[in-house]
Amino acid sequence: MTAVLVFAGAMIGAPLRYLTDRMVQTRHDSLFPWGTFSVNLAGCLILGGLAGAGAALPAPALALLGTGLCGALTTYSTFSYETLRLAEQRAYFYATVNIVVSVLAGLGAALLGYAVVHASLA
Amino acid sequence: MSSDAELVDPDVDLRVPAQRRELFASHGAVLIVISLGGGLGALARYGLARALPTPSGGFPWNTFLTNVIGCFLIGVLMVLITEVWSAHRLVRPFLGVGFLGGFTTFSTYASDFRTLLRPGTVGVAFAYLAGTVLAALAAVLVGVWLTRTVTGAARNPERAS
Repeated sequence: MTAVLVFAGAMIGAPLRYLTDRMVQTRHDSLFPWGTFSVNLAGCLILGGLAGAGAALPAPALALLGTGLCGALTTYSTFSYETLRLAEQRAYFYATVNIVVSVLAGLGAALLGYAVVHASLA
Repeated sequence: MSSDAELVDPDVDLRVPAQRRELFASHGAVLIVISLGGGLGALARYGLARALPTPSGGFPWNTFLTNVIGCFLIGVLMVLITEVWSAHRLVRPFLGVGFLGGFTTFSTYASDFRTLLRPGTVGVAFAYLAGTVLAALAAVLVGVWLTRTVTGAARNPERAS
């Protein structure tokens, strides 16, 4: 049952990542991969919030929205590949900024989501 | 993933029904294979997490391995489909955007770190934080380099942009 929920959540998360990426990229004429950055940030914030709900969130909802949706909405493979592409294009500054900002912002978003939901349920 | 073939062709006139149908047909197929690939990738990630459960406060090897393996494979895939073969237009959406995108995860990485950020496991948290970034970047580099070496495709890496 859990596997079905993970699969279903990811079937929504993956195309959502693709559509968001395309929407964001067409609005930014920049080397910086804003699309992947945006979905990763959003996914970290939502998963942080789900974790903050703790036991208040039923396990099937966590499988569907957390492991499935947020897991597939966010990506490490595209993040790494885009960083490598920036380095191959000698855009070393953007490559470095992408790593540092993605990691810091992702962690910040996860902490923020957790803290807000945790505090509001306490 | 920002650089795949343009879906919305500027030459398509949306006022013409036949062209509209054609556009939605291509959009639909891409979204369906991304959705399927993403579901399968997430299932593989879930399976690995079940096979390698992380003890409380332990290093999350399952997510670490998922992300490192996924990064290696995207390196292999991208060289194969942009520099070696001219792949079918649905290969990248299915395997790259879908499967590997659904397999790897940034949100669980951040969430794992937050969970470990408490007295007693702060060291593990930062080892995981830095270890994943370094191993993932090394993995994509090795994947690209190895595939170019094996296939002799290093002629023109700029083509992949």
